[in-house]
Amino acid sequence: MSAEQIISQYPAEYKKIADALPGQSIAWLALLRQDSVQQFSAHGFPSLREEEWRYTNVSAIEKKLFSPASSSEIGAIEIDSLNQYLIQDAWSVVLVDGHFSASLSKLDGIPEIVTVMSMSAALEQCADLLEKYFSQSVDSKEHGFVAFNTAWFSDGLFIHVPAKQVLAKPIQILHVVTQAGFMANTRDIIALEESAEVTVVETFVGCDEAYCSAAIMEVSLAQNADLTLYKLQMEGEKAYHFGGIYVKQDRDSRFTHHNFAFGGLLARNDIHTDLGQASECDLNGLYLGVKRQHIDNHTRINHLQPHAISHELYKGVLNQRAKGVFQGRVLVAEQAQKTDSMMNNRNLLLSDDAEADTKPQLEIYADDVKCAHGVTVGQLDEQSIFYLQSRCVDKQTARNMLTFAFANEMVEKIKLPELHDMVLAQLLQRFPQAGIQQDWL
Amino acid sequence: MLSIENLHVSVGDKPILKGLSLQIKAGEVHAIMGPNGAGKSTLSHVLSGKSGYTVTSGTVTYQGNNLLDLEPDERAREGVFLAFQYPVEIPGVSNIYLMKAALNAIRKHKGLAEVDAMDFLTLVKDKVKLLEMDESFLYRSVNEGFSGGEKKRNEILQAAILEPSLCILDETDSGLDIDALKVVAAGVDSLRAADRSFLMITHYQRLLDYIKPDIVHVLADGRIVKLGGPELALELEAKGYHWVEEQVA
Repeated sequence: MSAEQIISQYPAEYKKIADALPGQSIAWLALLRQDSVQQFSAHGFPSLREEEWRYTNVSAIEKKLFSPASSSEIGAIEIDSLNQYLIQDAWSVVLVDGHFSASLSKLDGIPEIVTVMSMSAALEQCADLLEKYFSQSVDSKEHGFVAFNTAWFSDGLFIHVPAKQVLAKPIQILHVVTQAGFMANTRDIIALEESAEVTVVETFVGCDEAYCSAAIMEVSLAQNADLTLYKLQMEGEKAYHFGGIYVKQDRDSRFTHHNFAFGGLLARNDIHTDLGQASECDLNGLYLGVKRQHIDNHTRINHLQPHAISHELYKGVLNQRAKGVFQGRVLVAEQAQKTDSMMNNRNLLLSDDAEADTKPQLEIYADDVKCAHGVTVGQLDEQSIFYLQSRCVDKQTARNMLTFAFANEMVEKIKLPELHDMVLAQLLQRFPQAGIQQDWL
Repeated sequence: MLSIENLHVSVGDKPILKGLSLQIKAGEVHAIMGPNGAGKSTLSHVLSGKSGYTVTSGTVTYQGNNLLDLEPDERAREGVFLAFQYPVEIPGVSNIYLMKAALNAIRKHKGLAEVDAMDFLTLVKDKVKLLEMDESFLYRSVNEGFSGGEKKRNEILQAAILEPSLCILDETDSGLDIDALKVVAAGVDSLRAADRSFLMITHYQRLLDYIKPDIVHVLADGRIVKLGGPELALELEAKGYHWVEEQVA
């Protein structure tokens, strides 16, 4: 069967679950889904011809049909098997094969005025509130995955924090895919009212077989709101991961993102933020690629109003035949005077066959701004290796130490101790070389 | 301790050292002086095993063994220490960890057990005082954000902890103000011992005011062209390197 035939099969396959999708009786959502189905049917998944996708070929998912799991098909999971991924000192929401699991989630003790519930429950209980945020930060014309997600998302999470509420503990969203051939297609919305503050951790894991995980998140930050969002992507090694985070920031708000892209055969992240007046965003990323992994991070920062600050640092370590892609776009609109923007992407290639494609793009239409960007693709520094050797460290250990130190800079930025240790353990595990030691730090 | 015989070294096709010979006995302090481009740094790099240099002929014997056969880290474990002219910054690796790892590597090489954590801390803090450094330097990344003087002190701190047999100081005085120079010199001086030798490479005589060498060599155009006692350094300072070069020619 050709890829085109499969593409045309996606709408047919997903039509089967249409009746069971949440919120079908809600007029605005039904309309939105309909439009998105049409959008996807007309354009399909993104192609290499699109500038934003030219380094990432998603045709593999067109050659194979990934099916939605109905809520009756989802895999049985014991909480014990998930504990290694769960932060104990947090509220947690577990999504299994794209469906909310009440029994695995832990939400007791959340202040009553704060809403943390599954997307399907939110559509039943507070559809009017949801409508204010849904499809506001991104719409289905963005690209094929957004259209696909909007058309057929099966569940997700809705977080709404009223003004001035500061949550004492982080909220963790754990996405698990249990079976080969499944596609988990989820939609999350995080809305913070004025001066609200919360930390959210997204974690993605799954089985060893090929599956697809597609998660779109929309974030709305009102004036002076503060969101710290961690993403820990450790999908199975044959998995396809498509993540999109679309943020709208009102004046004086702050968005801090830590993006750890470790797993999957092919993983793509889109992180977009629209900055209001004097708002700030801090985007941090670390991608580690081994074997034939392809990891793409695509960020877009739109300075739309004056006095906003954006800081971005993405680091990549690529070994064997892995490929890392970074596309970072910063737009400074004409009225966004006094913009302060800094973007950096550093890549470390550990083998001759590893590849890094990096493309910073600055579009500046204002004249009184401070914008800087830097990009490096290189190998370990020979001077540093020699220095360590002259201090009794053998060459291989010196290389490991330097690689580890390079990556660990991003891990050290994590402010949640449990998560820090979890990510550090992942980092140690993903460097196969012997002799990596935690006490190097 | 160290015996260099007729050493010829090239970088690419260009000969840098052209028949250098040098003997250092245990406990001696030797100074190598010379004009820019004479090959001083090449000598320190070749002795410590940096890549990029080709030894075309000659031998280097250290404690009875062929030094050139060993990898840089093996030389370090055998007790050869190079204090770098330009110490390298290693972000993300803590200074104290590197010193501990290096010391343990040496101890393992000698068949000794790893150093006790508390003993190590006591030792390090003791040496930090000697070099008039702030303890916070121990917990920072190796050389990262250190000033020029702090980097040089840190090199000597490492030497004080690793207790090498052969200590090569490559332009340790460069970039130091007079107060820092005194501290570093005092640190080096405190390391002098009957079983430890020093090879100090320097362009200027001023370091030798504080650390008195047994023998001064003048290196010019890849060879030792003059040999003398401490007074030779003073003579050089007064008359300039041109004087030696003329004598040789």
